[in-house]
Amino acid sequence: MDLFAVAFYVFAILIIGCAAIMVFSKNIVHSAFALMFTLGGLAVFYALLYAGFVAVTQLLVYVGGILVLILFGVMLTTRGYFEKVHTRTVNLLPATIFTGIIGILLIFVYLSTDWTLIPLEDGEVTLTGLGELLLTDFMLPFQVAGVLLLLAIIGAVLMAARTRPPQQASRSAENSGTPSQKE
Amino acid sequence: MVLPEWLAEPGLNHFLVVGAVLFSLGLLAVISRRNIIMVLMGIELILNSANLNFVAFSRYGSLSLDGHMIALFVIIIAAAEAAVALAIALNIYNRFGSVDVEQISELKD
Repeated sequence: MDLFAVAFYVFAILIIGCAAIMVFSKNIVHSAFALMFTLGGLAVFYALLYAGFVAVTQLLVYVGGILVLILFGVMLTTRGYFEKVHTRTVNLLPATIFTGIIGILLIFVYLSTDWTLIPLEDGEVTLTGLGELLLTDFMLPFQVAGVLLLLAIIGAVLMAARTRPPQQASRSAENSGTPSQKE
Repeated sequence: MVLPEWLAEPGLNHFLVVGAVLFSLGLLAVISRRNIIMVLMGIELILNSANLNFVAFSRYGSLSLDGHMIALFVIIIAAAEAAVALAIALNIYNRFGSVDVEQISELKD
């Protein structure tokens, strides 16, 4: 059993265990931190699969960006302090059965298919190759992704910046008699 | 102790099975949790399982470097989606005073 297999099994257990904690935990802050470990373990998986650049991007964007964003969302959408952070779970039994059936079906399909295997060589994945691909074959998606990110940033800022707490808004509207500026 | 061969050498199928389990857990979070942020986290999990499949196929299958590029674009889209979705969640919280997806049942007052 070589180092690759040991790393695979350790991080597979980490990923699946933390994902299960994320789904079943009552406390949403615990869920967010379990999601962080899942995403970090997936970055290790990408590194094991020779995708070093994807692994670094995963760490930067997911663990550094999206997770912080989610934690901000948790903080900004909870009333008062952190006593009332836990959330509701409904239909747990039918949902578990349904997703279990889907997961078993997927695994069955994966294992019973005869994939054509053309493994990559170790030195075949280079940053130079990725960069050339980005500026030749993937030129249009690259530019469109840039425009999409710009649109998403502007839209998110516009949507998040014009809001204020409902009590404060209604009180100021009652007191001053001026029309609310919510719209 | 001698391990059987399919257990001792992780291959394409092992990564695909991990991806399938992650997909199931993400789907479970989306359909059983009622906090809008938990639903978002489930969507992130589903996107990551798809990403793992792309990278695994580019390592073992016939997808070569294209799989890496698709994984990068999926990460970009996920970042944009998370930013917009959290802005929407913030607006919903300010208007309804709650982020429970079952209480959000009207469009405009």
